[in-house]
Amino acid sequence: MTTTHTIQVQGLEKSYDELQVLRGVDLDVAQGSIFALLGSNGAGKTTLVRILSTLLRADAGSARVVGFDVVTQPAEVRDSISLTGQFAAVDEILSGRENLVLVARLRHLQNPEGVAAELLDRFALTDAAERRVSTYSGGMRRRLDIAMSLIGNPPVIFLDEPTTGLDPQARLEVWQAVQQLARQGTTVLLTTQYLDEAEQLADRIAILHEGRIIANGTLAELSRLLPPAQVEYVEKRPSLEDVFMAIVGTDAVDPTDHPLTTKEAR
Amino acid sequence: MTTHYVGDTAVLTQRTMRHVTRSLDTIVTTAVMPIAIMLLFVYVLGGAIETDTSSYVDYMLPGILLITIASGIAYTAVRLFTDLESGIFERFQSMPIARSSVLWAHVLTSLGANLVSLVIVVGVALLMGFRSGAGVLAWLAVAGILVLFTLAVTWIAVIAGLTASSVEGAGAFSYPLIFLPFISSAFVPTATMPGPVRVFAENQPVTSIVNTMRDLFAQQPVGHDLWLALGWCAGLLVVAYLVAMAVYRRKIA
Repeated sequence: MTTTHTIQVQGLEKSYDELQVLRGVDLDVAQGSIFALLGSNGAGKTTLVRILSTLLRADAGSARVVGFDVVTQPAEVRDSISLTGQFAAVDEILSGRENLVLVARLRHLQNPEGVAAELLDRFALTDAAERRVSTYSGGMRRRLDIAMSLIGNPPVIFLDEPTTGLDPQARLEVWQAVQQLARQGTTVLLTTQYLDEAEQLADRIAILHEGRIIANGTLAELSRLLPPAQVEYVEKRPSLEDVFMAIVGTDAVDPTDHPLTTKEAR
Repeated sequence: MTTHYVGDTAVLTQRTMRHVTRSLDTIVTTAVMPIAIMLLFVYVLGGAIETDTSSYVDYMLPGILLITIASGIAYTAVRLFTDLESGIFERFQSMPIARSSVLWAHVLTSLGANLVSLVIVVGVALLMGFRSGAGVLAWLAVAGILVLFTLAVTWIAVIAGLTASSVEGAGAFSYPLIFLPFISSAFVPTATMPGPVRVFAENQPVTSIVNTMRDLFAQQPVGHDLWLALGWCAGLLVVAYLVAMAVYRRKIA
């Protein structure tokens, strides 16, 4: 365990009544990287993000964000993170500018108006700045949502399925925003059910399946998990989708026997 | 992060107040129903009701004011519920802000919106012939009781908003509160009611609150009704606040 990891998760468990959502998740995210958590619906991605952003308490295990424990130091964690949830958390009745000013004020920044103007410009929302958010398109709404998350430059950003329900153009816009973030040194933990999204954006990818991380590595590392026989027949590099299906599928080799389970992967 | 408690609450209150000013219909509809009831009772039913005040509108205004508040707080529950649904509530919870300021913002907004509705209703009552020789102190006392009552029922609305599973459910809790003044001294003297109903009417909070305001408007000495009214309001306020906070803490655990 080193302190260079911005997010450190160990043995995290969470159940809702009888349903075990997380069954011992281990995870480390390096500073300034984009980490994609890949999984189908119900795999536990959102639960994990909610625990990391202090909205939910785990039953067992520990989680640290920028060195702060999410249970014992929630205020410090909240000071260091920003959450963009599955549904754009924007105020429909306020204008785009008012939304940004609101968050800037709540983050106790010196110049809320200036911060808002700069972000409106950066996310190409200046023309729509005075309009109520209820008139925005899905892509604009998501851009505003992400812009709101950037206020105060938190070192860690959680993006929970940031492109679900967006059209391809809006998706591309969100991708560009995320890449720009990482260039600035922000650590991004992103959940997605889209394989190409993880492939496009992430430095490292972990696959969450039935409450456990069953694979964790770079795209190149994950690609090597494919049975070699299949690689011989395919000329181009196997897509992440092939990897995902191969290691998640019930007929595949028992994932815990894989060389790249979470423990060995570090 | 409690150092920002006041500042955060002010910023969030400004936000919810904008929700009110940008949908003025919520204030208008809050005032319309009590006004309709007032018209109905004064011009249709009032002639048949014997009271000890000079005009019936003088007699019933206190009860109408309570109905105004009861219908106004439904919007507080709805606004809170909408925040929870939209995800903006979670955004606030994941930010370094004073945690209960999110609730206080809704409570203060409820107070502001209800005061506006009350002023409208009193204005209409004045047009309908309501007159009071009450001095500044008596009016302040009435305002104080109304504020206390608003706070008490607003915290009940907070519980409803936090626990509802649909918008309709969030708003519907206020129906019994709107109905409560009808089984009190608000519209007819309790002496006219049959046994058990009369017992209920004389011992529920609305009667003492209404009697106190009526005495204040009529420049009569307020008896033990005042203490009873204050006791009810303060008691309801404390219980509703504690329950709301407990629900809130469980919600954001």
